[in-house]
Amino acid sequence: MHNKTITELSAGLEAGDFSSVELTQTYLDRIHSLDKQVNSFITVTPEIALEQAKNADAQRAAGNAGLLNGIPLAQKDIFCTKGVRTSCGSKMLDPFVSPYDATTITKFNDSGAVMLGKTNMDEFAMGSSNETSWYGTVKNPWNQETVPGGSSGGSAAAVAARLAPASTGTDTGGSIRQPASFCGITGLKPTYGRVSRYGMIAFASSLDQAGPMTRTAEDAALMLNVMAGHDLRDSTSVDEAVPDYTANLNDSLEGLKVGLPKEFFSEGLNDDVAKVIESAVKEYEKMGAVIKEISLPTSNLAVPTYYIIAPSECSSNLSRMDGVRFGHRCEDPKDLNDLYIRSRGEGFGPEVKRRILVGTYALSEGFYDAYYVKAQKTRRLITNDFNQAFDDVDVIMGPAAPSTAFKIGELTDDPITMYLSDIYTIAVNLAGLPGMSIPAGFVNNMPVGLQLIGKHFAESKLLNVAHQFQKETDWHLKAPESFK
Amino acid sequence: MQWEVVIGLEIHVQLSTKSKIFSGASTAYGAEPNTQACTVDLGLPGVLPVFNGEALKKSVMFGLAVGAQINERSVFDRKNYFYPDSPKAYQISQLYYPIVGEGHIEIDLEDGSQKRVGVTRAHMEEDAGKSLHTSFLNQTGIDLNRAGTPLLEIVSEPDMRSAKEAVAYMRKIHSIVRYLGVSDGNMQEGSFRCDANVSLRPKGQEEFGTRAELKNINSFRFVEKAINVEIERQMDILESGGTVTQETRLYDSEKNETRSMRSKEEANDYRYFPDPDLLPIVISAEEIEAIRQTLPELPDAKCERYMDELGLSEKDAKALTVDRDMADYYEKVQQAIDDAKMAANWMLGDVSAMNNKNGLEFKDCPVNADQLIGLLKRIKDNTISGKIAKEVFEAMYSGEGDADAIIDKKGLKQITDTGAIESIIDEVIANNPGQVAEFQSGKDKLIGFFVGQVMKASKGKANPGQVNQLLMQKLKK
Repeated sequence: MHNKTITELSAGLEAGDFSSVELTQTYLDRIHSLDKQVNSFITVTPEIALEQAKNADAQRAAGNAGLLNGIPLAQKDIFCTKGVRTSCGSKMLDPFVSPYDATTITKFNDSGAVMLGKTNMDEFAMGSSNETSWYGTVKNPWNQETVPGGSSGGSAAAVAARLAPASTGTDTGGSIRQPASFCGITGLKPTYGRVSRYGMIAFASSLDQAGPMTRTAEDAALMLNVMAGHDLRDSTSVDEAVPDYTANLNDSLEGLKVGLPKEFFSEGLNDDVAKVIESAVKEYEKMGAVIKEISLPTSNLAVPTYYIIAPSECSSNLSRMDGVRFGHRCEDPKDLNDLYIRSRGEGFGPEVKRRILVGTYALSEGFYDAYYVKAQKTRRLITNDFNQAFDDVDVIMGPAAPSTAFKIGELTDDPITMYLSDIYTIAVNLAGLPGMSIPAGFVNNMPVGLQLIGKHFAESKLLNVAHQFQKETDWHLKAPESFK
Repeated sequence: MQWEVVIGLEIHVQLSTKSKIFSGASTAYGAEPNTQACTVDLGLPGVLPVFNGEALKKSVMFGLAVGAQINERSVFDRKNYFYPDSPKAYQISQLYYPIVGEGHIEIDLEDGSQKRVGVTRAHMEEDAGKSLHTSFLNQTGIDLNRAGTPLLEIVSEPDMRSAKEAVAYMRKIHSIVRYLGVSDGNMQEGSFRCDANVSLRPKGQEEFGTRAELKNINSFRFVEKAINVEIERQMDILESGGTVTQETRLYDSEKNETRSMRSKEEANDYRYFPDPDLLPIVISAEEIEAIRQTLPELPDAKCERYMDELGLSEKDAKALTVDRDMADYYEKVQQAIDDAKMAANWMLGDVSAMNNKNGLEFKDCPVNADQLIGLLKRIKDNTISGKIAKEVFEAMYSGEGDADAIIDKKGLKQITDTGAIESIIDEVIANNPGQVAEFQSGKDKLIGFFVGQVMKASKGKANPGQVNQLLMQKLKK
């Protein structure tokens, strides 16, 4: 049962092969027995899950079950969930039990989906390896000595290890696509503004975007059907009609114009990974796609631009974690400054502190123009590059990450190399475009993800392109040995 | 040395919207602590602000009223600083692109002349909560009811040269926002507060001196006092050869002194940057024009009209138009009795005097316009004399009912029956033969004595015109 996709499980529930309670219990049992190997969950919520499953079964019996009704899901611990600890991977929010639900959570609840628990993540989504979590490193199910990627590492590992059929992630600079690539699953970062950010703890508000992490593109379409949409509580969510994302999955790719940015295939890309990507592209040629080399000349600006804008925004976003109203508070504060300094000093880990410091510096009087304003300008250039490229092509393809999953601890003392592991994904966030990572092959038994980048609001096209690939290949069906 | 005082004001006006500027919580004053603070106001993780369009409309109204440029695109910025009553640890404000650009108003100086004071800009922002330092045993309580209340911060040019000018400017802004209905202007509840930047420079020098900023002064009287003591303080320093430090100072109204809060070196670096949670505020020229159409007549225009159309003196017209409630009251009375002068005299005389005596604003006057109209009509139709009317007014003011009821109850109706008046006159003449003889021998002034006697005998109710006329007839016989 645990190897089935959402689509298959939904059919099984509808056919009465099993109930949601049975299905949910199966996953709870797997989490119970297997998650100690990967540490993908921060909080498991069996009572809520079984209660929701019971309700879902009743709803189905009453004849009004949608496609996600009764489907167990894992939610990244960045989404506020009423009555449940919402830690964001940080000691700072370890005591925080949210009094409200994020819009995404509400939408899944309304669809009848079941929440298995909250998944592990880099602290406040700051990291590319899941090593910054206060709840311990997540291990990659394909090789437990390697990282699952980050920041949605728990969500990716849980899906790869068959501890949940699907999960949610958030992507600020690659946090859905890079772990999807490392763990061999399908991850979609929608267009900025497509999914509400309300109740999703902010890292960098102008870049954050939630999306599905699934085994197949078809499942991602089902998830996005629920997640997408305008939200009056999020002014940056876009008031744009939500199509049925499953409707175009089977469109032919004959004549599809695919752009390969030469900057994505240069120095820094692992040769074996490059080969996997090249053979995936060949697969598309076989399906009738027209391949074209393109250029994104400002690609080299993406990482530095990102590491000004994201820390600047986070330095401000995380200021509310001050020990006054919620979250961690130091023992016996002497005075107000002591309360702030010790609560924040104890509550935040080193990577979060590093980014708060960088951001505070970049926004300081006298530096603001040189850093923040300049970064906004280069961000505009990066966006223009993509817009220009999309005059000629329908989809851009390339690697999701320069390598397969690296060893735990390998890059913890080398933040710059760590930051460069998001080199192919970051520009997509800066431009606000939708991007996906889909399993495209293996290097030394470790998964490699192919990245697909689309025009604004072209999620349907991306899902179509991904789905067609998954019809021709079986990389997405492979399971790690110990979790089959 | 001759010193010149330079003053600029920053006025924080609470915009009278029902809900907060970025959340749906109520802005009503005086609720139990933290009962009007929702998840957004509490700054919980994950919450997002949503802009309240009413605040935009009211800000634009103000901008139009001071002849300012309205920026069709304005942007909210975050002003970052840690303080417990600032729940997000940043305030959403507008630094780089405010909604209202340069404008100006005219203020009245004591010598009767007018002076133009520039408005540099006005921007929208959210208010902070309140820290309560008492009654928590060495701890501080936080009330976030006020957090997120919409404010318009109005920044003036450094155009004022005395505390009196500063107060005149503040009063004018107060009058304008009350006229527009964009704020209740209630100073006790903190809906209208002021920061004053004060500096001195040698007379004739162009360059500004170092300024001190006086924070959060919440009454016209305190603004004047605070500025004056600050001027004295700075003058003492400068006269004795010292230099003024740039700093923020607090006015202590009990000791009537200002004291240092923080110096420039201790000042925060607020790290302003555009709030990525909010889109730029865009308003079209057509929308601005539509708001312009809704503007009420403003005090200056109203004052002119009272002079031109109603023939009031400049002094009366000004006095009647400062407070919109008073002007509205006046117009109602004036139209009903069709006597601009009489209405003005009553409003500026008895009504204002009683209000002042009781410390009441016009909006709280216990005698409403309809009641005053009822009274003035009885003067017009000779039911009562002006003198009796004052007595009736006082009774009305103390809540004894409408004019007619009081006149009835107290039997104050004027005696206009010629026969009745004649019989009183006859009695007075009979009782004062000596004075009659004197009058008839040419001492005309004694007419006053007779009128007085007749009025006294009638308990003030005899119609004075008739009394005069009949007395003359009878005495001249």
